[in-house]
Amino acid sequence: MAQGWLQIAVFLVVLIALIKPVGIYMARVFTNQRVFLTPVVGPIERLAYRALRVRPDAEGQDWKSYARSVIVFSLFSWLALYLILRTQGIQPFNPQGFHSGPWDLSFNTASSFVTNTNWQYYGGETTLTYFTQMAGLTVQNFVSAAVGIAVVVALIRGIVARSGRQLGNFWQDLVRILLYILVPISIIGALFLVSQGVIQNLGDYSVIHTLTGGTQILGQGPVASQEVIKELGTNGGGFFNVNSAYPFENPSGLTNFFELLLILIIPASLTYTYGRLVGNQRQGWAIFSAMFVLFMAGVAVVYFAEQHGTPAQHLAGLHTHAFDGSTGGNLEGKEQRFGIAGSSLWTAVTTVTSCGAVNAAFESLTGLGAAVPFANLGFSEVIFGGVGTGLYSMLLYVLLAVFIGGLMVGRTPEYLGKKIGAREIKLVSLGVLVTPLAVLLSSALASATELGKRSIYAGINPQGFSETLYAYLSQANNNGSALAGYTGFIQSNPPGNVGAYGISFADLLGGVVMVGARFLPILFVLAVAGALAGKKVSPAGLGTMRTDNPTFVVLLVGIVILVGALTFFPALLLGPVVQSLTTRLF
Amino acid sequence: MKKDMLTGFIAIVVMTVFLGIVYPLAVTGISQVVFPSRADGSQVKVDGEVVGSSLIGQSFSRPVIGKNGKPVLDEEGEEVLAPDPAYFQPRPSGTGYSADVTYFANVGPNSAEGREEVREALATYVALEKPYDHSLTKDRVPVDAVTHSASGVDPHISEANARIQAHRIAAVRKLPLSQVEDLIAANTDGRSLGLLGEPGVNVLMLNIALDEEAPLK
Repeated sequence: MAQGWLQIAVFLVVLIALIKPVGIYMARVFTNQRVFLTPVVGPIERLAYRALRVRPDAEGQDWKSYARSVIVFSLFSWLALYLILRTQGIQPFNPQGFHSGPWDLSFNTASSFVTNTNWQYYGGETTLTYFTQMAGLTVQNFVSAAVGIAVVVALIRGIVARSGRQLGNFWQDLVRILLYILVPISIIGALFLVSQGVIQNLGDYSVIHTLTGGTQILGQGPVASQEVIKELGTNGGGFFNVNSAYPFENPSGLTNFFELLLILIIPASLTYTYGRLVGNQRQGWAIFSAMFVLFMAGVAVVYFAEQHGTPAQHLAGLHTHAFDGSTGGNLEGKEQRFGIAGSSLWTAVTTVTSCGAVNAAFESLTGLGAAVPFANLGFSEVIFGGVGTGLYSMLLYVLLAVFIGGLMVGRTPEYLGKKIGAREIKLVSLGVLVTPLAVLLSSALASATELGKRSIYAGINPQGFSETLYAYLSQANNNGSALAGYTGFIQSNPPGNVGAYGISFADLLGGVVMVGARFLPILFVLAVAGALAGKKVSPAGLGTMRTDNPTFVVLLVGIVILVGALTFFPALLLGPVVQSLTTRLF
Repeated sequence: MKKDMLTGFIAIVVMTVFLGIVYPLAVTGISQVVFPSRADGSQVKVDGEVVGSSLIGQSFSRPVIGKNGKPVLDEEGEEVLAPDPAYFQPRPSGTGYSADVTYFANVGPNSAEGREEVREALATYVALEKPYDHSLTKDRVPVDAVTHSASGVDPHISEANARIQAHRIAAVRKLPLSQVEDLIAANTDGRSLGLLGEPGVNVLMLNIALDEEAPLK
């Protein structure tokens, strides 16, 4: 395991080294300052404002106006994507001749990509045209990520505002986040991925005659351009059904490392950006530290668990210890080139963030190993979290911690000089609780009904319950990873989607959960931003509880764990906990 | 509100054109010029014919031929396949090494079916290799040899797995063991930058090299 830990350590060092420069760069982008790309991008930016008919500097928005723009834009995004999914038959770039998806599946997929979830009931290479992958999914990979970042920027503006009610201009934020951050990194990253073997073409699937006289059909497509933003925007929806486990999406140890970095770079660096924007770098590091502690706990547990194999393997007489030339461990559903360490690190990274791309089969994780994705999702994606969404969700917890800390020492809670009143705490509580509530209600409904059980693969047993719970945890947290036996789409004669149909119950419930658990919290967050924007700043006194020291980090971590554990412990007992405590098979 | 609607509508149209058409086509264009082979899937040719992709694993089994000279069929009418002993064998696939319909094998950690699959895979592996590597026992079988890969087309096997199979290859191809081991070393993809990922032996590339070194009649 020493070599594996070395790889993980190198990853962390590179990540942490990048946080400051990327954090500073993003802070300059968010505050409309010049950056090194301005000479190139500036003219395009001005052109974009002309096309969108906005005069950004003249049109600041209050929270309601900002929220309205977010909702309107997302609504049009949803309609555009649904339309694209339903008109595949007449599209260009469709060498496989795929038909349109069924309405219920398309509802789920459109909801999934507009909410940055990228939950996938469909298989990409067997149902989607290149046109849909590019003009539908790739576009939403970009813009749903940009929306998430814009919302956290608005919240930060609310926190630091010295007067007035303005939170900035959504359209300007959207354009600048795309043009200065997401698009440039994607262009360079995509070309790097191609240089390492990720495919990028529009050709037919190639039919190949193998050495032993068989045939193999190689799926093709514009993969790299989607792969890069899928990771960078913490989206996670694979071009291919097996996602980043597929060699054409993730061909080597190096691409695995690079893609992991793409997933975490924005969520991690945003903590630095935050410190800079609120004028106290320690505030950013405090939040980073809380996230980092929880993240590392997950990495350690999943790596330890996966290095130990499963009851099924042991009972079959397989020796799962590592020895010279063999990784050992639970390699079921994992790729040799990533091994146990690369797969375990990915499993933690993709579930602390709301990415959800996978490079190994979650359904085949050990009981204890699978408990980590469950826990990470149970903590509502605040450990780094999605781009933007992670930080704004964590800031809700920060306000909660300030409130609880204030109650404990008997003073009026305040954060960065702003008093936290009843209205803010009500909004924060709603924002914190809406996602867990959505998870519990929907997974209960799916577990208790015959319609819900149709989606289960593993049967009516703890694994089947885990599948169901995870499906709704993942969709409500806008993550998108899955215990992939669980399905909402029956493809009777693959490839091609003739005669295929969706499972309406799973598709609709999941779609509604994704939309609700994305946009309700956004509304609460923007409302909090609006409430804070108008507050006066009072200077910190002797009695002010500090929010930038280790004590506060401990309090924050404690509250995150407490809320997550109290909400989900009973449900977890029925699935992953039972499985990790037993050697029984079922 | 009306202005928002107009801006929102224009925004999604403009972004669909630039992020959904211009960006991916531009990346495709550049990739096709600068990295044409990589961009098309790292396809490998033997005697001018494409035989696979160096990144995608494939089957090295052949249909079992019955006494009547025809392929043996199973209950579902599918041809029964058996590993070709003249080739290194890849990791088990849950998808028949499909590269156009991919899915996870989804074997759970407490799955009774999973236990049977591993038990069977272990027996098959030992039965195939033990005649050539007499000291082989179940506890020496590396995990990659009997577990499904994630992609179903893992191009690699572990070095330990290749070293066991080398005995069979040397015997069937009538090559000295040391020469087979040299071929394995030459077709092993080490860790990226000597550090990242795990080393793996590329089965297709190794088998192509074998065919060049000691052609089958």
